[in-house]
Amino acid sequence: MSEFLQSLVRGLGTGSVYALLALGFVIIHKSTRVISFAQPAFMLAGAVLVAHLSPGVGFFLAVPVAALVIAALALGVERTVLRPMIGKPVFVVAIITIGVDVVVRVVTNAFIGLDVLPVGDPWGLTTVSLLGVEVQQRYLVMLATTVAVVVALFAFFRFSRTGLAMRAVAHDQEVALAQGIRVGSVFALSWALAGGLAALAGVFVATGAGVDQQLWVVALKALPAVILGGLDSLGGAVAGGLAVGVVESLVGTYQGDVAPWLGPNFALVAPYALMLVVLLVRPHGLFGAKEVERL
Amino acid sequence: MRGRPELYTSYAQDTAFLNTRPKRAWTGALVAFALLVPFLVTDDLLVLLATGFVAAIGAIGLNIVTGYAGQVSLGHAFFLAIGAYTGAALSGDPDGRVIGFGVTSLPVWLLASGLVAGLAGLLVAPLAVRLRGLYLAIVTLGLVFLGEHVFREWTSLTGGPGIGRPAAVPELLGVRLDRPSAWFTGPQQLYLLMFVLLVVFGVLARNLVRSRIGRAFAAVRDRDLAAAVIGVDPTRYKVLAFAISSFYAGVAGSLLFAVNGFFDPGSFGLLLSVQYIAMVLIGGAGTISGAIMGALFITLLPRVTRELPEVLPFISADATGAVTVFQVEAVLYGLLIVVFLIVEPRGLVGIWARVRNYWRTWPFSY
Repeated sequence: MSEFLQSLVRGLGTGSVYALLALGFVIIHKSTRVISFAQPAFMLAGAVLVAHLSPGVGFFLAVPVAALVIAALALGVERTVLRPMIGKPVFVVAIITIGVDVVVRVVTNAFIGLDVLPVGDPWGLTTVSLLGVEVQQRYLVMLATTVAVVVALFAFFRFSRTGLAMRAVAHDQEVALAQGIRVGSVFALSWALAGGLAALAGVFVATGAGVDQQLWVVALKALPAVILGGLDSLGGAVAGGLAVGVVESLVGTYQGDVAPWLGPNFALVAPYALMLVVLLVRPHGLFGAKEVERL
Repeated sequence: MRGRPELYTSYAQDTAFLNTRPKRAWTGALVAFALLVPFLVTDDLLVLLATGFVAAIGAIGLNIVTGYAGQVSLGHAFFLAIGAYTGAALSGDPDGRVIGFGVTSLPVWLLASGLVAGLAGLLVAPLAVRLRGLYLAIVTLGLVFLGEHVFREWTSLTGGPGIGRPAAVPELLGVRLDRPSAWFTGPQQLYLLMFVLLVVFGVLARNLVRSRIGRAFAAVRDRDLAAAVIGVDPTRYKVLAFAISSFYAGVAGSLLFAVNGFFDPGSFGLLLSVQYIAMVLIGGAGTISGAIMGALFITLLPRVTRELPEVLPFISADATGAVTVFQVEAVLYGLLIVVFLIVEPRGLVGIWARVRNYWRTWPFSY
C-alpha cells in the first residue's frame, strides 16, 4: 500500500510538471491554433538559466527571474519568427516551431556542457513522512506550486480584462478584432505565458537530478497529456498532465511484475501508448470540443 | 500540331511524363552525368551520394503522404526502422548473434521490407484517418517513441543500443555489391545500384501522382469534405497514402544502412523524422524532384559543415570546443527549415522554377 501511495505521489508530482507544460501548449493552441513544438527548448532554457543564476541570487529569486526572461524570449520568438506566418497553414507554422526548437536548444546546450548541471534547489532527494508514507519533498512542492499556478491562471482568464480578451480571441479571432481587441498582442502574450510555464516546469524537472542535454525529451511527454485532455481545454490539460504522470509512475512501479515482456523502461513510453489507446476510443481527447464537421 | 510542341490539346498531354523537349534533354543530360559521376569522384563522396539517393526514396515516400495527401507524419523514422530491420533480418547470417534468415537476394528482401513496412502503415492508418492535422502529427510522433522502445528492448533482432547489428546484404545475382568486383569498387557499385533504384521508384511515384490516385490525394489534401462530395472516399485514400508512403519508407530503410553495413536502434529517433520532414519542405512539398533535391541537400549538408572549421577558426571540429560543427549542423537544419518556409515555401523546386522562368524569357525577363 505504501508503495502504491509513494508511486501515486511521485506520479502526481511529475504529472503536475506535465500539466504546466500542457497548459503552455493549450494556451498557444487556443489563441493561435498552432501547436508549438518549441516548448521543449523553452523548458530546457529555463532550467539552464536557473542553474546559472541560483549560485548568485539564490534559487527562489532565480526561478521567477528565469520564468520572466524565458517569457520574454518566447515573446521575441513570436514577434520575429511567428508573426510573419499568420494566415499560413498551421502545419507550416508548427514545422517552423520545430526549427525554432532546434535552434534554441542547440544554443542552450552550449551553456550546459557535457556534465550534469545542478539547479541549486533546496529539496534535492530528501523525503518527508506524510501520513506514514515516505515521499520526496520535491514532488509535494511541484504539486503545490502547480495548483497555485493553475488557480492563478484560471482566475486571470476568468476575471481580468486581458484574460477576457484572450478568451474572446480563442473563440473567434475576427469578432475579437472587431471588438477592438489587439489580436497580435494576445498571440504574443500567450507565447510569453507558455514560455514562462515551460521555464517553471523545466526547473521542477531538473530538481533532484540536475540539468543535462537530454532533459528536453521530458517536455514531449506533455504532448500525450495535451492530446488526452483535448487540444482546446485548459482543464483537460491539467487533468491530462496529472493522468500521464500517474500512469507513467504506476507503470514504472508495477509493470516489471505484471508484464515484464514489455521490457524495462516501458514506463518512459507508457504515456504514448496511453495516448494511442485513448485516441482510438475518443479522437478528440477526453475534454476536447468535437468538430461539427463529419467525415 | 506540327511545329507547336507546347500546344496541348488534351489532359493526357498536359500531365504526360517529360512532356517538353527541354525537360527530356535536361533529364537525359542529368542521368548521363549521374552515370558518369562514379568514375569522376572519390569513393567516400560516392558513399555519401548513394546514401543521398536512398534518402531520396524515403523522402519521396514521405512526400506522398505529407506533400500530396496532406497528412503530416512525424512517424517516418518508425517505418524506416521497420524496413531496415526486415531487410537486415531476412538477409542476415542464420548462425549470427542476431536473428537472420540468410535470404541475401536483394530484390527479395527489398520488396519484403517495403511490404512489411506498408502493412505496418495499414495497421496505423485506422488511427490516422480519424485524426486530422496536428493531432495526427503528435500521434505519429508517439509512434516513433514506442518504436524506439521496442527496437531498444528487442535485442535478439536489433543487437541492442550501442551494439547494433549488420545491415541488409546487398547481393544481386550472386554478386556482393558492397565488395569490389573485377570492374568496379564497392562504392561505385552501390552508387549505381542506388541510382537505378531511385530512378525506378521515382518514376513509379511520378506516375502514381499524375494518375487518378494522385489527383484523389490532392483533393483530400486541399479539402477532404469537398473531396468526399465529388466522390473521392477520403478514408480510403488516406489509408492508401499511408500504406504507399510506408512502403517507400520500408524500401529506403532497408537500403539506408546497406551502404554502411551496420546500424543500431538509436538511429531511428525523432531527429530522423525531422530530417525527412526537412528534406520534403526544403526540397518542395508536393513534387517528386523536390523530394530528391531536398534529400541530396540534407545528406550533403554535413559534408559541407565539416569543412567549416578550416574557414571559420572559432568552430571546432570535435566535440570539445565552445561551438562545434555538430551544433552548427543542428542549428542549420532548424534555420533552413524556418528560412525556406518563410522566404520560399515552394522550396528548392521553387527557386529552380524562378531561375528557369527568368532565363526562358531572357533578355526580356523582369
